[in-house]
Amino acid sequence: MFTAERVADEKDWIKGETGDWEVIIGLEVHAQVSSNSKLFSGSSTKYGAEPNSQVSLVDAGMPGMLPVVNEYCIEQAIKTGLGLNAKINLYSRFDRKNYFYVDLPQGYQISQFEHPIVGEGNIEVLPIDSDGNTMDLVTVGIERLHLEQDAGKSVHDLSPDETYVDLNRCGVALMEIVSKPDMRSPEEASAYVDKLRGIVRALGTCDGDMEKGNLRADVNVSVRKPGGELGTRCEIKNVNSMRFIRQAINYEARRHIEIIEAGGSIDQETRLFDSIKGETRTMRSKEDAHDYRYFPDPDLLPLNIEQSYVDDLKAKLPELPDAIKNRFMSDYNLSEYDARILTADKIKSDFYELVANGRDAKIAANWTMGDLFGALNKSGLELNETPVSAKMLGELIDRISDNTISGKIAKSVFERMFNGEGNADEIIEAQGLKQVTDVGAITAIVDEVIANNNEQAQKAVENPKLLGFFVGQVMKASQGKANPQVVNQLLREKLGL
Amino acid sequence: MTDLTKYTLDEALGGMNKGDFTSVELTQAHISACESATELNAFVTTSFEQALEAAKNSDLRRAKGEIGIIEGAPLGVKDLFCTDGVKTTAGSNILDQFEPTYESAVTANMNAQGMVMLGKLNLDEFAMGSSNETSAYGPVINPWRKEENLVPGGSSGGSAAAVAADLCLGATATDTGGSIRQPASFTGTVGIKPTYGRCSRWGTVAFASSLDQAGPIAKTVKDAAILLQSMAGYDEKDSTSLNVPVPDWKASCGKSIKGQKIGIPKEYMIDGMPDDIKKLWDNGIEWLKDSGAEIVPISLPHTKYALPAYYVVAPAEASSNLARYDGMRYGLRTNGSDLNDTYARTRTMGFGDEVKRRIMIGTYVLSAGYYDAYYLRAQKVRARIVEDFENAWYKCDTILTPTAPSAPFALGRKVVDPVEMYLNDIFTVTTNLAGLPGISIPAGLNADGLPLGLQIIGKALDEDTVFATASALESAADFNSKPAKWWIK
Amino acid sequence: MSNQKNVVNVEDVKKIARLSRLHVEDTELQSLADDLSGILGWIEQLNEVDVDKVKPMTSAVAMKSPMRKDIVSDGGKRDQILKNAPKEDDGFFVVPRSVE
Ligand SMILES: [Mg+2]
Ligand SMILES: [Zn+2]
Repeated sequence: MFTAERVADEKDWIKGETGDWEVIIGLEVHAQVSSNSKLFSGSSTKYGAEPNSQVSLVDAGMPGMLPVVNEYCIEQAIKTGLGLNAKINLYSRFDRKNYFYVDLPQGYQISQFEHPIVGEGNIEVLPIDSDGNTMDLVTVGIERLHLEQDAGKSVHDLSPDETYVDLNRCGVALMEIVSKPDMRSPEEASAYVDKLRGIVRALGTCDGDMEKGNLRADVNVSVRKPGGELGTRCEIKNVNSMRFIRQAINYEARRHIEIIEAGGSIDQETRLFDSIKGETRTMRSKEDAHDYRYFPDPDLLPLNIEQSYVDDLKAKLPELPDAIKNRFMSDYNLSEYDARILTADKIKSDFYELVANGRDAKIAANWTMGDLFGALNKSGLELNETPVSAKMLGELIDRISDNTISGKIAKSVFERMFNGEGNADEIIEAQGLKQVTDVGAITAIVDEVIANNNEQAQKAVENPKLLGFFVGQVMKASQGKANPQVVNQLLREKLGL
Repeated sequence: MTDLTKYTLDEALGGMNKGDFTSVELTQAHISACESATELNAFVTTSFEQALEAAKNSDLRRAKGEIGIIEGAPLGVKDLFCTDGVKTTAGSNILDQFEPTYESAVTANMNAQGMVMLGKLNLDEFAMGSSNETSAYGPVINPWRKEENLVPGGSSGGSAAAVAADLCLGATATDTGGSIRQPASFTGTVGIKPTYGRCSRWGTVAFASSLDQAGPIAKTVKDAAILLQSMAGYDEKDSTSLNVPVPDWKASCGKSIKGQKIGIPKEYMIDGMPDDIKKLWDNGIEWLKDSGAEIVPISLPHTKYALPAYYVVAPAEASSNLARYDGMRYGLRTNGSDLNDTYARTRTMGFGDEVKRRIMIGTYVLSAGYYDAYYLRAQKVRARIVEDFENAWYKCDTILTPTAPSAPFALGRKVVDPVEMYLNDIFTVTTNLAGLPGISIPAGLNADGLPLGLQIIGKALDEDTVFATASALESAADFNSKPAKWWIK
Repeated sequence: MSNQKNVVNVEDVKKIARLSRLHVEDTELQSLADDLSGILGWIEQLNEVDVDKVKPMTSAVAMKSPMRKDIVSDGGKRDQILKNAPKEDDGFFVVPRSVE
């Protein structure tokens, strides 16, 4: 169900010298299974250990060593497949992909080639443009998901003419999720990865940590005239942030267009993304054309999964982002836009539900998305690093609704909370921000304001719009602390409105 | 004192049980025998000191009443089984200095049952060969000799020669296409390849994973039963290991085979089969009839294609299994101008010609454009061979065939034409492809006075019947010839 | 076998030698091509077998794949892992430079 027919929105077209172009994008995402031990051995997958301290004889490819599959990894792959609305293949198999490399001790990677554990599926993706506006919903097809071993790590800066090899990562289980070439803009591609990350996090099958390389993308890019013949694609390896994905696509699409427009042609090749220069460059050309000589791994038996096992996993699946979004729209009456932002991942939706619990859902949404997400964004923090917890934000909203403070004062309380000055009550107390509701105190201020603006007061009966002016003056005199309702009522009485 | 090396394993175990001699005495006698037989080149590495230490410990255990099924028996181990702290070469220069830090599942099982290991036995490099001439440590000489030196068969040539020459009471071996049974046939010993999955492959250097299976080479059928019992067993570290109990196979030896149906496959009567092998086969048929068995003609129509199918599947798996020998983490490294040159130099220096040839065949048959024509087709032919046996089991309980198409041949005679060498495995390779048990029993001498073996093939997991039939054949054949010990000067 | 048409030519030998990380001297290429052609030519008799509708054998035992529990039960044996290394330093395997 490759949607080659789909032509990018005109605004996503790239202007070239010979006219408009559109970019065609497919992604292969490697998501590390959140398992304790490796796919085929009992050594730990913990991040950041001493070199070669988490390596078994199996991982090191010692003579006579044999793989035994980790059942947890199989389960996570199936759950992820279900989360991608994909077909679970009851029969699947591990194949060997043969090639020589220093980080590949066996001389082959155990992967799934002919019979992957998960077949076709699809997910819905809602891209956002650079101004934060939502674009049209896009359905991205999933080609397959298969399990495979990760390789080791090579370190090149410990010796000028040698490579140091650490096999700790070797054999860690990866889910390779291959999309169809269904994306037409960098925004769609990063929204797709964001959505995938949301799904695997909600399922708990991968922690989605791109900085640690636990989720990374190979990006396939080609260009064509809008709706025209497909071009030759290049694969950009191991791009590990949303921003880099967009940058790499932009760079690569431009590069293709320039080459083609200059009369050249694109070589199908594998490229690297240099995140410092923001460029892609060719990987050292391998002397041979690849010939991986895949064949079924004779050390392993095919996986034959029972349908009842799949059904069982399906029944126990946690609520996924799309389902949470629909629930937010119906239960909390949120707009599609708000609901999508708040359900982009599990952390966000959990946070929002804590804030909204027992409160006005719309106000909770505004504070969470507008004020908090805005502040986090400005300071470059993730939600799990927020200085304002869901409980703190909820209490702030409570102080507005119980008239302790006005919405305006609440903004400054929030700022102080974000700067670590304490919770809402502490800040209101310390700063003396509590709203004045005492009618006597407010009457005194009202009287003073009317006295000072006698001329205006006389005109008020003919021109009731002047009420606003007086409210403003009273609020100003009370430093915003006077209860606006009381102020209104008193002014109407005194001005005879 | 009698020569303790003359005993069978069963007799020696009995002797120690009765207190006639100790494991230390028995071990010492075998060490002496080994020391006087260096000309046979049966060992790559000896571990006599450790053996004497192990024998001492065995005697202490015996005194406490802790007696394993091979308690105190001095045995040899094919140098394909990784042994903790004892060099393991696989007969290859590429593992010349490799000292494992782990013990193969098979030898660990045997250690737990009281094995005294005398050393590591010579073999064809990575078990690829049928004459032991591909070993980086030189060929093994068959103890049976006729004017010139003969090969002991392969790849378990060291194991077979050592047992035939009374250097050890028995030995471990492995069989991928006939590597236990053909050398047993060439040396007048008994060798059994059990059902695929009976013995764990963990810690044994892999040749072709879907075909490799460990088993013993022994002096008698009963010894083979005892040894196999000590080697076999479920191992959760090997995904292809069968989770079934290990029966008391020793008890199967000597059981009546009255009424049993023995199949004789017409396709094994190949063109150019030497007369003495035909005659031997006829003798076998008569002996089994005399034992009360019923002889039934059967057909295994795809027999002819077993060997070519094997020479696709085995090299394909081997080309991948041997990719790990790249000089990066262990074994030989020969530095080159860059990484790829280092890989190539290391592997070119490290592997011998036959291994390189098979790696290249394997690479070729798996490469783009050839996979379907060779590998996939071979696996389909393999399925047909399995089908052949399944059909045969409707008619018979076991199958009788010759073990090898010839008697032991002269050193250097067949190295020229690889295909001619491959034909050695023509009768044995079918059971590897189908995963079935097969045993070779010495059944007579040819006109030159050289040993010849007969093979019994059984149903999967039916080693019981295989041992019973082999044991009946053994009694009837009454083979008790021994090679003259010409190497003792 | 000598009159068999060559299945494998010198270029094929070069290619599979490269894929296998084996070095073949130029002077050996032809004889190796002949050798491999002999073997592969002999293997081609497999074409005589009717394999229509036959499922290829993919595992030697017909049973369910056994599975491991997700428990850390291995690793932490760096000395063993590095013991036979041609070169090691500071807990790493040291190998020829793998990038330029
Ligand atoms: Mg990929
Ligand atoms: Zn991958």
